[in-house]
Amino acid sequence: MTEINLHEPEVLIREIRLGSITGFEGTAGELVSCSRSGNLSESSRSFSQCMGCSSGNAFCQLSMITDAVVINHAPVGCAGDAFNFNFVYRVGQMERDLPPTIGRYFSTNLEERDTVFGAVQKLSDMVREVNERLHPNAIFITTSCASGIIGDDVEGAANELSEELGIPVVGCFCEGFKSKMWTTGFDSAYHAIVRKIVKPPEKKTNKVNIINFWGSHIFEELLLPLGYEPEYVVPFSTIKQLEHISEAAATIQICPTLGTYIGAALEQVYGVPEIKSPPAYGIAGTDKWLREIGRVLDRTEEIEALIIKEHARVIPQIEAYREKLKGKKAYITAGSAHGHALIALLSELGLEVQGAAIFHHDPIYDNGDPESDALDHVVKTYGDIPNYNVCNKQAYELVNILNRVRPDIMIARHGGMTVWGAKLGIPSLLIGDEQFGFGYQGILNYAERILETLDSREFVTNLSKHSSMPYTKWWLEQNPFSFLGGNSHVDTY
Amino acid sequence: MSTLIEQPRYSCALGAQQTVVAIPRAVPILHSGPGCSIKISDLIGQGEAYAGGSTIPCTNSGEAEIVYGGEKRLREVIDGALQVIDADLYVVLTGCTSDIVGDDVGQITADYQVLGRPIVYAETGGFKSTNYVSHEVVVNAIIDQYVHKHNPGGHVKRRLVNIFSSVPYQDTYWNGNLEEIKRVLEGIGLFVNILFGQLSEGIEEWKTIPDAQLNIVASAWTGLGIAEHLKEKYGTPYTHFPYLPIGGKETSAFLNQVIASADFTAEEKADADAFVAREEARFYSHIERTAAFMLEFRYGTPRRFYTILDANYALGFSKFLLNELGILPERQYITDNTPEEFREGIQKQFDKISELRSAEAVFEVDGGKIHEEIRKDHNKNRALILGSGWERDLAKDIKADLLIISVPVNYRLILSCGYAGYNGGLRAIEDIYDRVLDTYR
Repeated sequence: MTEINLHEPEVLIREIRLGSITGFEGTAGELVSCSRSGNLSESSRSFSQCMGCSSGNAFCQLSMITDAVVINHAPVGCAGDAFNFNFVYRVGQMERDLPPTIGRYFSTNLEERDTVFGAVQKLSDMVREVNERLHPNAIFITTSCASGIIGDDVEGAANELSEELGIPVVGCFCEGFKSKMWTTGFDSAYHAIVRKIVKPPEKKTNKVNIINFWGSHIFEELLLPLGYEPEYVVPFSTIKQLEHISEAAATIQICPTLGTYIGAALEQVYGVPEIKSPPAYGIAGTDKWLREIGRVLDRTEEIEALIIKEHARVIPQIEAYREKLKGKKAYITAGSAHGHALIALLSELGLEVQGAAIFHHDPIYDNGDPESDALDHVVKTYGDIPNYNVCNKQAYELVNILNRVRPDIMIARHGGMTVWGAKLGIPSLLIGDEQFGFGYQGILNYAERILETLDSREFVTNLSKHSSMPYTKWWLEQNPFSFLGGNSHVDTY
Repeated sequence: MSTLIEQPRYSCALGAQQTVVAIPRAVPILHSGPGCSIKISDLIGQGEAYAGGSTIPCTNSGEAEIVYGGEKRLREVIDGALQVIDADLYVVLTGCTSDIVGDDVGQITADYQVLGRPIVYAETGGFKSTNYVSHEVVVNAIIDQYVHKHNPGGHVKRRLVNIFSSVPYQDTYWNGNLEEIKRVLEGIGLFVNILFGQLSEGIEEWKTIPDAQLNIVASAWTGLGIAEHLKEKYGTPYTHFPYLPIGGKETSAFLNQVIASADFTAEEKADADAFVAREEARFYSHIERTAAFMLEFRYGTPRRFYTILDANYALGFSKFLLNELGILPERQYITDNTPEEFREGIQKQFDKISELRSAEAVFEVDGGKIHEEIRKDHNKNRALILGSGWERDLAKDIKADLLIISVPVNYRLILSCGYAGYNGGLRAIEDIYDRVLDTYR
């Protein structure tokens, strides 16, 4: 179990905290057994393509707190993602019937002279200017490779400015070069929030924290009848709401890749119990997750009744889908826990999962509980998955594999990947809303979309005829893992 | 002292990765932290193209490369890229991490150049400049380290020109703009090295850069550094048209300036003039048709405009909107962090935006500040804003019409649309009044 240490400004990176890795070639079962036996080690690639970095993921959680602003202490290019998050923020406003507003994001615009003389004074002046302009309820400062290497004392400046301005000015340390796991950025954002925003509980409430992105509000239906109320964090929260998440009755994470740190932190520091089962994907997974909710919220009977009712509703429908999807082969590429969820969903629907390229692997989460291991759950429930590749968005490996495996469908969770399926004429599907596949209904939702995608071959067939391929013929004939440092040190059992 | 930037509308020096992506069959190799490339693609990328987006090789420099240097790692990634990516030209670009640490990327690249590999490098650490500036740095690097080796000059070809105008991808409409510019220059009888995009012939075309008889810069300031460099290196003269030519009046002025510099024979000149006359007649036949609408539409069309654009577009559109459509200029915000030495020249252009009128230019990179100022204006009649996706709410709140020209463009899907030239001018009119008329029920 990770010991949450709120005294340190920086959270330890996942490689150190959890032993997470970004390179592995084998089967899912092998990966699980390596993780459990402590024999997991990183394989690095000698050739690599561009990945994401922590600062983007930290920003993703901080950028939609409705009454806070984010200042990126960096050259202007690091704020290249600002508008995309603004766009996501505004789509979320539409879905929630909120009035339109733009995200208030700033760059300190570090230039050459700043890298020589340091830029703490400049940062402080800009924080004051932003405060004067907008009077926000909190200001987050996200750091960058440049600010980190030149050694600006962001923590010191933030603390002084908090005092001076009378609002939390919070450093969030997410330099891209520090971690190969861009998901470390989630931990950085949560560390900043738990450390400087969340207050000790004054009372216990009937709220249940839902650690999520900006997905649809599906938890009311489950929680309200049980006498609890969902509190969606962090996007679309206010600073006031975040102050009180320590008072909740429990914390649910829609994805432990996202919420591992905050779930554990709220439990360790403030005693908010975390639902530790893997998120509810597939029937067995949803059963298990619901029972854990029932146990933690003391609603066992209601949950059992719900499970019976839902099984009766969805199982006949799932069987009908299975009939239609029988024999279809799928390949998956996604972030870690969501990838496991997709494997569960597809297996439940009777598709054969031929393999997966999953962005990283956390052998354990911050709660230290092996029960949370979604991949273990998937392997135990549905059997082993061959060609399980841990691969941080290395498109060259993916293209090579797809070209060999030629699945009937590719399912992706992140951008920049489906195009490779489509270029090879493989129907490809990307679902943006992570809540889309959640719970019993999620299985039906996915089934519908998979059938649609499989049915729509015209576009990919046509596209593949007119596509260029930037990879050499030589490469497409090589073993896809040729550049992955030997896995010989990963013992398998 | 650099200023705070709210609502970024351009990228850092490393943003020139998109300059490379815009050359057919060229690929950038980034020696930078992870995440840089994706953030650049987020703001100014438009899909994968041939080898952009998720294809871009990158060292993804980590703690080890910062502490111990990243040279070994860079060699590994170059080796891999040469094997895996099927490209004609590889361009190594450094990020903040490498430039602060001081890796000797020049030496590493030179080692591959000696082996005859088509590879060059440029220092583009994000903090060094904007991508407008580094666009020139990268183009000059390709000329010096690649083109020159294959063609040291001395074979000037009559009527061959190189054109430097839109910065690819930073100008979202670059492909369409370059297509039209190539069309009109070919129309007056030139052979045109367009160098980027759909109509470029890639590195074979680049190799003829030293053979040009004339270089043409059709841009407020980006590109001048390239033309100067080529003048020094190959003695090629250049002509500078100081903004993007949009519509009949300005495109004809642009072409006439080129014709005057092109050393045409009397016969060639007559043909060129005839082309200009033909294009102008065609353009104005359309304008004439719209005159009735412009003069008689009773329910309100924009009567004044703001631009929140880079200098190139701000000047081009200001002249166009005023002279061709009769819309009057409000303050013109220039958001490209124009280097100090070019500001006076740009202001001078705004001083004589028409024969009768001048416009106030404000050099400002902070979008939040621009919004605040515009909101304070006396917004009593209908305005047109030419800006970016950041202006959605501002336009709505002051009941202005918005045409999105600058990045971030996210509310439009752009393929071959362009606003340069005669065709671009017509397209601009259609797009502006499409938005205006669409506000009626």
